[in-house]
Amino acid sequence: MPPEIAALPELGDLVSTLSGMDRAARIESLIALAEGYREVPGRLARRPFPEANRVPACESQAYVFAEARPDGRLDFYFAVENPQGISAKALAAILGRTLSGAPLEAITRLPLEVVEWLFGRELSLGKSMGLTGMLLAVQREARTQQTRTETVPA
Amino acid sequence: MSDPAARGYAHPEVLVSTDWVAEHQDDPSVRIVESNEDPLVYPSGHLAGAVEIDWALDLNDSLRRDYLDRAGFAKLMRRHGIGNDTTVVFYGDKNNWWACYAFWIFQLFGHTRAKVMDGGSVKWGQEGRALVREVPSWPPSAYVAPERDDSRIRAFRDAVLAHVAAGRPLVDVRSAEEFSGERLHMPAYPNEGALRGGHIPGARSVPWARAIVPETGEFRSAGELAQIYFEEQRLPRQEEIVAYCRIGERSSHTWFVLTYLLGHPRVRNYDGSWTEWGNLVGAPIER
Repeated sequence: MPPEIAALPELGDLVSTLSGMDRAARIESLIALAEGYREVPGRLARRPFPEANRVPACESQAYVFAEARPDGRLDFYFAVENPQGISAKALAAILGRTLSGAPLEAITRLPLEVVEWLFGRELSLGKSMGLTGMLLAVQREARTQQTRTETVPA
Repeated sequence: MSDPAARGYAHPEVLVSTDWVAEHQDDPSVRIVESNEDPLVYPSGHLAGAVEIDWALDLNDSLRRDYLDRAGFAKLMRRHGIGNDTTVVFYGDKNNWWACYAFWIFQLFGHTRAKVMDGGSVKWGQEGRALVREVPSWPPSAYVAPERDDSRIRAFRDAVLAHVAAGRPLVDVRSAEEFSGERLHMPAYPNEGALRGGHIPGARSVPWARAIVPETGEFRSAGELAQIYFEEQRLPRQEEIVAYCRIGERSSHTWFVLTYLLGHPRVRNYDGSWTEWGNLVGAPIER
């Protein structure tokens, strides 16, 4: 496991668990994770969701939202509009659970290969692009928050 | 929309409605096949009795860049209990994109008892029809497969080079960003990309999903399709057309539309597509 993921132990554990499974077990686990997907709460966003939050290249029409905690870290929320976007929902559930409250630096340094580590290598290019786009959107939010907290006057 | 049979298609018999499929779910002469892009979709719920054929694991050779051979196809058919006289009905996610890809590969082996469920998974879900998670087990068949025939509906690189040199028509069914060369691939997946961006000279750009009514996932009527391909894009109605995308999956959807819904007599799918052409030394490219 590369050092970049060591700072995110819950995600690291999940990657280790999934990558040790055969294809069928991994798929069942990802479906179970997708069932834990919860849409962004209405206090943060309502339909139609803003284009600014839409994940580029994701054909499942995924949206990413971030809410700052008092300590400056972020909680991440998602919306997946495609009812068949099971992989997008699984990744939303994973990223929401493992990256919310995590150090911003660790989120921005997370390698994009984490999508492949979670889902395996059988994904099509289109699906990979969409899922990677979700991770990139989360990293963008983390980077923006880093800039924001660095510029807050003491 | 109306019943597929009433939309003016050249070969309406290749499309069946969700009603038709619901009535034939227990028909032993029919095998329903789900083919998806997202590998989580079938295991999370599918039509009762439907088997899954995976585009990567089942239809592609695991070593060479090619499709399965005669023995592999026969084995696949036998495993799913598909006989030579079984009617196979394909459906799937992404507006039947992968279903049409599987359909096309079945035609390389001459399995003409094949249909596509109009609207695919989207329409079935919108109608609130039942899905199950149980994977069916059909008695193995004794399928006898012919040799794969690549000569009729598949195009290879050299033939495409000659096609371009002769100024013949092509249709590029990728996104506008891919056609223009703006998007090549994701950094993490260079093996699915190309070194050069753009399109094959002379190709018309018709992204595959234009053939679909986005709200229902159904195919557009023959009149609407003819307007797009023959009137707006001025593709010829008789002269041979080569369709391509990135690896030949999206273009198999357009091949299906042109061949069966519009009745074009000579359409070939170039499955080498941009992942071959965009890496090919000296191949002509337009932007």
